[in-house]
Amino acid sequence: MRNLKIIWAIFAKDLRLEWRHRETLASMCVFGLLVVFIFNFAFEPAREETLRLLPGLLWIAFAFAGILGFNRAFAAERENSSLEGLTLAPVDPGAIYVGKLLANLLFLGIAEAVIVFAASLWYNFSFLPVLGRFVLVVFLGTLGYAAVGTVFGAVSANTRMREVMLPVLQFPVAVPIFIGAIEATTGVLRGEPLSVYAGWVNLLAGFCVVFLVLSYLLFEYVLEE
Amino acid sequence: MADRLKIMTQKFSQSILLIITTAWLLVATYLIFLYAPQEMTMGEVQRIFYIHVPAAWTAFLAYFILFGASVAYLWKRSPGADALAQACGEVGFTFCTVVLVTGPLWAKPVWGIWWTWDARLTSTFVLWLLFVSYLMLRSYVLNPGRAATLAAVVAIMGFVDVPIVYMSIRWWRTQHPQPVIAGGEGSGLDASMWVTLLVSWGALLCLYAFLVRERLALAARQRELSALRREWSATAAKEERG
Repeated sequence: MRNLKIIWAIFAKDLRLEWRHRETLASMCVFGLLVVFIFNFAFEPAREETLRLLPGLLWIAFAFAGILGFNRAFAAERENSSLEGLTLAPVDPGAIYVGKLLANLLFLGIAEAVIVFAASLWYNFSFLPVLGRFVLVVFLGTLGYAAVGTVFGAVSANTRMREVMLPVLQFPVAVPIFIGAIEATTGVLRGEPLSVYAGWVNLLAGFCVVFLVLSYLLFEYVLEE
Repeated sequence: MADRLKIMTQKFSQSILLIITTAWLLVATYLIFLYAPQEMTMGEVQRIFYIHVPAAWTAFLAYFILFGASVAYLWKRSPGADALAQACGEVGFTFCTVVLVTGPLWAKPVWGIWWTWDARLTSTFVLWLLFVSYLMLRSYVLNPGRAATLAAVVAIMGFVDVPIVYMSIRWWRTQHPQPVIAGGEGSGLDASMWVTLLVSWGALLCLYAFLVRERLALAARQRELSALRREWSATAAKEERG
C-alpha cells in the first residue's frame, strides 16, 4: 500500500515538474514531427507504399522521441542532488522505478499521439477504423520500450556522455520490441485478423513481463551509492 | 613473502598456459590448412570456418561468463567478480569482432554478398553492440565506484535479452524469408572437419583463458597501485599535519 503512495508521489512530482515548462514534452513532439516530416522525402506516398512504410516510420519516430524523454527522467534529478535524495529515501527502489516508468509512459504517449495525428494528416491515412487495436499494440510496444528505457536512463545519467549513452545501451536490447511492434502495427493497419499477428503481440507482452520484472528487481542496484 | 609466492605461482601458471596455447594454436593451424579436406563447393576459402565458428562460440561463452560474474558481483560484491566481468567484456568483444570480420570475408566469395540480416548474423551483431555498450559504460561512468554495479545491471539485462533477440529475429525472418543461400555450416561435416573444428575451438579457448588471465593480472596490479597511492597520500597528509 505504501508502495502505491510512493509510486504516485514520484509520478505526480515528475508531472508537476514537467508541467512548469513542458520543455521535454515539446522537444519530444517536435522531434517526432521532424522525423515524420523528413521521412516523406524517402518515398512517394501512394497508398500501398504508405501501408508498407508507415509502421516503420511511426516506430522510428516513437523511438527517437522516447530517447529524449528517457533522458529527461533522470537528467533533471542530477541538479540539486535530488538523485542522491531519491537513493537515500527509505523507500522500495522498485516503487521509484514504477513511478518514473509511469511518467515516461505518459509523456511518450502524448508525443506518440501527436506523431500519429501528424502522420495521419500528412500521409492521408486514417487510423480510426482500427483505432482500438492500434492503441493496444502501441501501448504494449511503448510499455516494453519504456521498461528498459527507464532503467537505462537511470544508468546513463551516471555517465559522462549521458545523452549518447542511452541509445547505445537501449537499442540493442530493444530490438525485439521494434520487431514485434512494427510487425503487429503492420497487421493492425492492414486490417488483418488478430490471428495473423497474435504471435507478435505475444512477443511484446512476453518482453514486457520479463523486462518489467527484471528492471524492478535490478533498480535498487542502479540507485544505490 | 606469501604475496611474492602468490605472484610467482601466477606468473608460472601463466607461462605454462602461454606455452599450451601456442602449441595448441600451432596444431590447430596445421589441422586447418593441411589436415582438413577441401570443401566440396566452397573450396579453400571455407577454411575460415574453422576460425569463424569457434570464435563465435567463444564470444557467446564470454558473454555468458560476463553474465555470471555480474550476478556474482551484485550478490557478493567481490572485486574479483567485477574484474572477471571486465576482462570477459574486453576479450569477448575482441572475439566478437573477429567473428564479424571473418564472416563477411567468407561470405563474399561464397555467397556473393558481404552481409545478410538473418537471425544468426543479426544476433551476433546485437551481441557485438552489447559488448560495445558494456565497455563504453565502464569507461564513461563518472564515479568509478559505481561503474561495477551499473555495468553488472547492464550485463544482466543484455544477457536475458540475447535469446529473445535471436527468437524474435528468426521468427521475423520466417515471415520475410530471404533467398536460401547456404545449407548451414553444420550440415554434413566430415569427421576430419569435426576434429579440426573442435581442436580449433580448444585452441581459441586456451587463447581466451590466457587473455582473460592477463587482463585479470593487470586489473589486480592496478588495484594494488591505487591502494598504494591512497596509502601514500594518507601518510603524506598525516606527516604534513604532524
